[in-house]
Amino acid sequence: MVTGLIGRSAGRLLIPFIFIFGFYVVAHGHISPGGGFQGGAVIATGVALVLVCYYYRECMENFIEAKNFKLIESAGLILFICTALAGLVLASSFFFNWLNASGGLFGNPVEYGVNAGDLFTAGIIPVLNFAVGIEVFGGLSVVLLYMFAGLKESSAKEDESETVSFAQTEDES
Amino acid sequence: MARCSVPPKLTIFLIIAVTLILLLPAFGLSFGHPLTSNTDQYYIDHTQVDTGSNNAVTAIVFDFRGFDTLGEATVLFIAVLGVSMFFRRRH
Repeated sequence: MVTGLIGRSAGRLLIPFIFIFGFYVVAHGHISPGGGFQGGAVIATGVALVLVCYYYRECMENFIEAKNFKLIESAGLILFICTALAGLVLASSFFFNWLNASGGLFGNPVEYGVNAGDLFTAGIIPVLNFAVGIEVFGGLSVVLLYMFAGLKESSAKEDESETVSFAQTEDES
Repeated sequence: MARCSVPPKLTIFLIIAVTLILLLPAFGLSFGHPLTSNTDQYYIDHTQVDTGSNNAVTAIVFDFRGFDTLGEATVLFIAVLGVSMFFRRRH
């Protein structure tokens, strides 16, 4: 399996836009349609495009390691649970919206009725969106990396040697 | 192996007939007009006052039904853990 030049060029053009769009879907989850799960899936699609466009060993040397993806996923789940527990400590109950209309982070007062919406409203909902987004992104990327590790395409040099040996056996036969 | 005393064509006919009889009350319902809409109207009226979010779906998923989302995230975490145990390398 040879990674082609056309695929690599198209991926080099498209990958930053895919990452930016995924983060946009995560950050605007409480205004426009979308949210944590959908945005995380879009960012994981960008990681899948990186893995398709380059060889596995090049990805492991120049891209983010699998250990850091596991760390991102665990940090997302821990941030989710700790935000909910802070509602238990600072206010009345578990999952209480303790940042809503408090004047701090994401605490602007809301205009009631039909309006376009402000990005810094809605209390802890953007924080939970971000936590779920990085959790889904890390989890799906870890699954993709573990499945790509089983393929027999490790580097360009081994790929060339395999194709040359295959052509020589064809000529001998 | 005991033979079935009912012929297969009659069995298929009985299955279709029982399914149609059980589905008879569903044909009288009109789409978009439920019999009771108390919880829907409560969410539509109170989601901006209660959570401050303009998107009602996100407000329901992350604020009114937060335990569901916590369970979903935990299920995905455990699924990834199982995949990483299944695909680990033997040294």
